[in-house]
Amino acid sequence: MIRLEHVSKVYKTSTRPALDDVSVEMEKGEFVFLIGPSGSGKSTFLRLLLREEVPTRGRVYVSNFDVAKMSRRRVPRLRQSIGCVFQDFRLLPTKTVAENVAFALEVIGKPRNTIVKVVPEVLQLVGLDGKEDRFPTELSGGEQQRVAIARAFVNRPLVLIADEPTGNLDPDTSQDIMLLLERINRTGTTVIMATHDHGIVDSMRRRVVELSYGKVVRDDARGVYGVGR
Amino acid sequence: MRTSFVFSEVVTGLRRNVTMTIAMILTTAISLGLLGGGLLVVRMVDKMQANYAGKLEVSVLLTNDVSANDKDCTQQPCAGLRSQLEQTSGVETVVFQNRDEGFERFKRIFEAQPELLKLARPEAIPATFRVKLEDPDRTDVIRQAFEGKPGVKAVDDQGKFLERFFEGLNGLRDVALILALIQAFAALLLISNTIQVSAFTRRVEVGIMRLVGATRWYTQLPFLIEAVVAGIIGSVTAVAGLVLFKAFFLDRITRNLTESGIIPPIGYLDILIVSPWLFLVAIVISATTGYVTLRLYVRL
Repeated sequence: MIRLEHVSKVYKTSTRPALDDVSVEMEKGEFVFLIGPSGSGKSTFLRLLLREEVPTRGRVYVSNFDVAKMSRRRVPRLRQSIGCVFQDFRLLPTKTVAENVAFALEVIGKPRNTIVKVVPEVLQLVGLDGKEDRFPTELSGGEQQRVAIARAFVNRPLVLIADEPTGNLDPDTSQDIMLLLERINRTGTTVIMATHDHGIVDSMRRRVVELSYGKVVRDDARGVYGVGR
Repeated sequence: MRTSFVFSEVVTGLRRNVTMTIAMILTTAISLGLLGGGLLVVRMVDKMQANYAGKLEVSVLLTNDVSANDKDCTQQPCAGLRSQLEQTSGVETVVFQNRDEGFERFKRIFEAQPELLKLARPEAIPATFRVKLEDPDRTDVIRQAFEGKPGVKAVDDQGKFLERFFEGLNGLRDVALILALIQAFAALLLISNTIQVSAFTRRVEVGIMRLVGATRWYTQLPFLIEAVVAGIIGSVTAVAGLVLFKAFFLDRITRNLTESGIIPPIGYLDILIVSPWLFLVAIVISATTGYVTLRLYVRL
């Protein structure tokens, strides 16, 4: 599903590589935690998958896409097969919950009748039925993140990338969000989550890939956050 | 492509930057209005040249003495001058017009200006030979041969006068076009700026669009259409401005000249003929500017 082969990324403004000869493979349907301190290369890793960045060396494969080599014109196709969730939710404040989710489909040209059908479905999946017409500011942080997850998932992506999705949430709410991500993972969607949250990683017992100074220093099939520290 | 979505984005964009949008529209409108004015002058000059072609005459004005005493051009020096003119090579026709006939003609030309007619006296109008040439450009021959002869007051070359008049009109056209160009440059910068501001205020939306895999067309088209819509509104405003300018200003100040047939009137048809060019220029300029701006200055 996802494969990085000897990937290095050096930013022009930095002497140290953000990623240094990283090779890692993730199967379809896996749930993977990407951990490591700030500056360890987690964000670069995720940005390479989305082709927000191009690797300096090495190859990146997502599904059938040769991400590093593909033409600019095909990038939208890649991104349509990847859903994204962020720490800061990134909702549009002028649109309602339903409109925020529908937006993701509108801008990729989905027909109206598809949109009115799938948006309520996904809102029910994330537990927001009944709040379709609320605005993001009227929702709690956890609810806002649910909207963001609904938006990321509404197009049924192959991969869901979550960059510290619980970073702004309290532990209980974080737990709810993790349950939701697990449910999405059970539909066969590969989930890659970058996080600093010890509790979550330790309780979920999923695969853990740890980055440090741009290198993979640990890859445990059922890992915890702070092993050996 | 969901057109309804793109257009709702366009409307939102234009509304959100309403002051910039208005500035953009007004600058475009003024630029196009000046361009339209310049084009109208070009049309007017063309029409005049067509009107006067073949009709140009050289007038040989006779002295006061001859004008007063020789109504039928039977005495000397008038009769002599006439036969000399008729014998000059290149001359097609020679028509003698005595003082009374000249005054009648004067009254006809200026019938729209009664104030002027009240002031005019027949004594001010000289008797005149109106000489038509086979080649209207060869007026110098008459001038050289007859200027200063006894009985001749002056040789008046309509061609020379018209040339000066055209020069004036062409100067007007050039000024209009230069101003149009300067305004167009300002409009260009404003369009570019508005798109950048617009893209900045919508960076979150655009970021999300990129992330969920919207194509370049989807992310950029709203900005492009925004610029083109503003351009079109600008050109409509410019055409409306030209119509109003004609109706309330131009018609009033040129009425006498047009009614007496000295200059051809500018009609609504002329504005109608010029306006598609203004639309075209507006669309091409705003679309090109928009595209270049998106390419060079906005990372979408």
